[in-house]
Amino acid sequence: MKAAVIRFPGSNCDQDCYHVLKNGFGLDTEYVWHKEGSVEQFDMIVLPGGFSYGDYLRCGAIARYSPVMRSVAAEAERGKLVLGICNGFQILCEARLLPGALIRNRSLHFICEHVHTRLENMETAFSHAEVTKSGGKLLTARTGLLLHMPIAHGEGNYTADAETLREINRNKQVVLRYADDHGAITGGANPNGSAENIAGITNRAGNVFGLMPHPERACDPLLGSEDGKLIFQSVIESAKKAAK
Amino acid sequence: MTQEPAITPELIAKHGITPEEYERICSILGRDPNFTELGIFSVMWSEHCSYKNSKPELRKFPTTGPGVLVKAGEENAGVIDIGDGWAIAFKMESHNHPSAIEPFQGAATGVGGIIRDIFTMGARPVFSLNSLRFGPITGNGSAAVANNRRLFAGVVEGIAHYGNCIGIPTIGGEVYFDESYEGNPLVNVFCLGVLRHEEIARGGAVGVGNPVFYVGAETGRDGLAGAAFASRDLTEESKQDRPAVQVGDPFREKLLLEACLELLASGAVAGIQDMGAAGLTCSTCETASRAGTGVEIDLNKVPKREPDMTPYEIMLSESQERMLIIVTRGREQIVRDIFEKWDLPYAEVGVVKDDGMMRVCVGGDVVAQIPAHKLAEDAPIYHREASARPAPEPLGTLPEADPLAALPALLAHPSIASKNWVYRQYDHMVRAGTCVLPGSDAAVFLVREADKILAATSDCNALYCALDPREGAKIAVAEAARNLACSGARPLAVTDNLNFGNPYKPENFWQLRECVEGLAEACREFGTPVTGGNVSLYNQSPAGAVDPTPTVGMVGIIHSPAHITTQAFKGAGDAILLLGDIGGEMGGSHYVKVIHGRKAGTPPRLDYAKEKRVQEAVRSLIRMGLVRSAHDCSEGGLAVALAESCISGAEAIGAEIDLTRFGNLPDGELLFNESQSRIVISVRRENAAAALALAEWQGVPTHRLGFTGGKHLRIKSGEREWPWLVSDLHAAWWNSIGEAMEANG
Repeated sequence: MKAAVIRFPGSNCDQDCYHVLKNGFGLDTEYVWHKEGSVEQFDMIVLPGGFSYGDYLRCGAIARYSPVMRSVAAEAERGKLVLGICNGFQILCEARLLPGALIRNRSLHFICEHVHTRLENMETAFSHAEVTKSGGKLLTARTGLLLHMPIAHGEGNYTADAETLREINRNKQVVLRYADDHGAITGGANPNGSAENIAGITNRAGNVFGLMPHPERACDPLLGSEDGKLIFQSVIESAKKAAK
Repeated sequence: MTQEPAITPELIAKHGITPEEYERICSILGRDPNFTELGIFSVMWSEHCSYKNSKPELRKFPTTGPGVLVKAGEENAGVIDIGDGWAIAFKMESHNHPSAIEPFQGAATGVGGIIRDIFTMGARPVFSLNSLRFGPITGNGSAAVANNRRLFAGVVEGIAHYGNCIGIPTIGGEVYFDESYEGNPLVNVFCLGVLRHEEIARGGAVGVGNPVFYVGAETGRDGLAGAAFASRDLTEESKQDRPAVQVGDPFREKLLLEACLELLASGAVAGIQDMGAAGLTCSTCETASRAGTGVEIDLNKVPKREPDMTPYEIMLSESQERMLIIVTRGREQIVRDIFEKWDLPYAEVGVVKDDGMMRVCVGGDVVAQIPAHKLAEDAPIYHREASARPAPEPLGTLPEADPLAALPALLAHPSIASKNWVYRQYDHMVRAGTCVLPGSDAAVFLVREADKILAATSDCNALYCALDPREGAKIAVAEAARNLACSGARPLAVTDNLNFGNPYKPENFWQLRECVEGLAEACREFGTPVTGGNVSLYNQSPAGAVDPTPTVGMVGIIHSPAHITTQAFKGAGDAILLLGDIGGEMGGSHYVKVIHGRKAGTPPRLDYAKEKRVQEAVRSLIRMGLVRSAHDCSEGGLAVALAESCISGAEAIGAEIDLTRFGNLPDGELLFNESQSRIVISVRRENAAAALALAEWQGVPTHRLGFTGGKHLRIKSGEREWPWLVSDLHAAWWNSIGEAMEANG
């Protein structure tokens, strides 16, 4: 069982993701440089956050042409689990591995803060697990569960045409929506203007997941939240099952 | 080659070189300089690079201590031991002048520059802070206010742009607003990196015959002679100096950072220096000077962004994201492989020589030849004339003001108000180590690679410094140490950024000298050596000099995660204690400034023994696990400290406070005096007696103030009673800056 953390030029959450997978979950984890040709030997693939290529064109628009992305797309096609966080989500959208696009925040400002997201579908490969938080408390996936994680982006405003939105709702591809602290999906709880408060979606097949919040920054009680563990635990369990 | 201009007295004066300095240059060279050499001397001997007006003062700082691995001035940044073979490199630097002209790029390149200073030392940068000063942003839409807002918004956006992209969290700092900064904002940026002791990199051109590599971005015409630009007054004509402002590319710097750390780890590097102020000029002559060698470079080999650049332009360019690397001969291929991997330009541009000369060639022609050590180290030193400013206007009797209105007004003043509008724009959580979010007394960061918890703060109450520079500087150090103590940390060391007006004006120089002596004395008292920093003079607009602002950046260490403490109350029913006396000093207070519109009076006095006792007491109570929250009294005094503890947590919590025991102090003095050495803590009700006894036993007068809980902050004193809804206080404090910035006109 092996995890890959892809490093694009300008990735800056690569070390945080690597740390959580390697030291937090004890997983055999490797960095994969974007010029590498293949990720075939890995069981799960993480596209971390950052500013690939400086985000100078459009977020993720250049990274999708990195050599490694051909292999990521091929592996995704074969059903391998791919997790894209923040800039990784943007790259997956640009690569057409996920529907829709992420545009500038409604406020036009970069926003970094803790947010609540509501778990909308607890049956995906990325959102079904149960984890133990430090102190022994259990965090168990269920629809409606609130996950507390930070966001940090200038372009996290999820947008898609009406037909796509209908389709991803129908197929239960929406995994996370921004919510208030009671779990209500409100305009006030929407930090960036995302359509229908969408914070994270899967592809139709359910093996590619992109989200704007940073679960890797929410895996340690010292940082104020351990809710991100639920995402990592889920994908690791799913990848293990698939690897058998 | 194009004809170079002749050296005339006008040209010399235009370069900011005095006739005496020109004589000195001629005697160093044994001849007249050519145009390129004149340019090289002008930037190296500018205040920004040579500290010619401040060096005698800077020698007063304590720079040694048991943990100091690299001293101030030795290299690009000081290095301090943090135990278990780990060390930290940190430094603060200003980008005031560029930010006044072009706030976005000025601030962005300031961040880029300080980050390069840190990774040049072989350290991985892990977090940043910044200390900012602007003119007022509130009030009825005058052109000046609109311009202050434009500068503030641009600087914040520039810092966010650079820091967010490169992936180094901006975790704290300070922002103040005062008339004296109108037209001349201060942008001081701080970066800290972590490294193993054996990884400390040096900036010397060692090893005669070693090749000299240029790596990073191509050289362009941007930032020409920026160091010289930063060393004169800002005037109406300064806008024409926009070419002196550089343009930053954080993406390039991210690649450069990763490539340089990879290269340093390979063992191929003999010496490394970033190209910051004075670019290629400074990096070549300083590396040669440090190693006692010479460096010869060929400008034909330097990667260039534009055609037809003259030697003068290439040598004086301050294009960003460039480094000079002296490579151990035989290992050149390692450099090529790594920089090709990261798609960065690189070129072998020269060689280390044994003749002590900085020699600049274009192909076979020598275009500049200067003894490197004399250029880098023999700038003239000036002992400027100082004359004391008149004593501050006495306070006299203050008119009555209703505390019910005064507290929300103070909390809404942008200098005191929540800075969420600012830090929301900074990625303050990347690198997954931010344990205390911005907005508490000190930022707290877990450095994962070293498994160490660091606390850092930047402080300077320039209002005190304007009224009494020596006492104000002492208080800046004391407050920094107090902020660290409140977060559970033990202070390690200091970096400073000295922001003053034109040193040729004796009263400005007096302020500089008083502040330096105050800082030096306080750093000795608190056992925190100065590891480096920056001097920024000529901070004046046509309206006059800025208030003297000797910003103190202090770093401390927290021994256990259990000791991390924040300022917000943690729950209802806790006892609130005051460590220290009630005080009564009103001079230089924000109450007098904000409510009565005066910068007047003698600022509070600092008593070192008392201050150290109160800091030691809070630290030991924290280590015993008794403290739920700790917050020092600073701007706005006790009432503002209490209010901030009520409203700065995830949920606002009220408090019932009784100050009857302190007798009949007038309202303003009772609530808003700024006497030093005072900390408000909350403890569980059952621990109150023990905490009080322990603090008293350590020689700290300690008082029970009341309890947390309820929807109000209610302060009573005898017959007097002032209730405030905490939700109202929160709204005033939280929204103030955002509302000012969204306001039209």
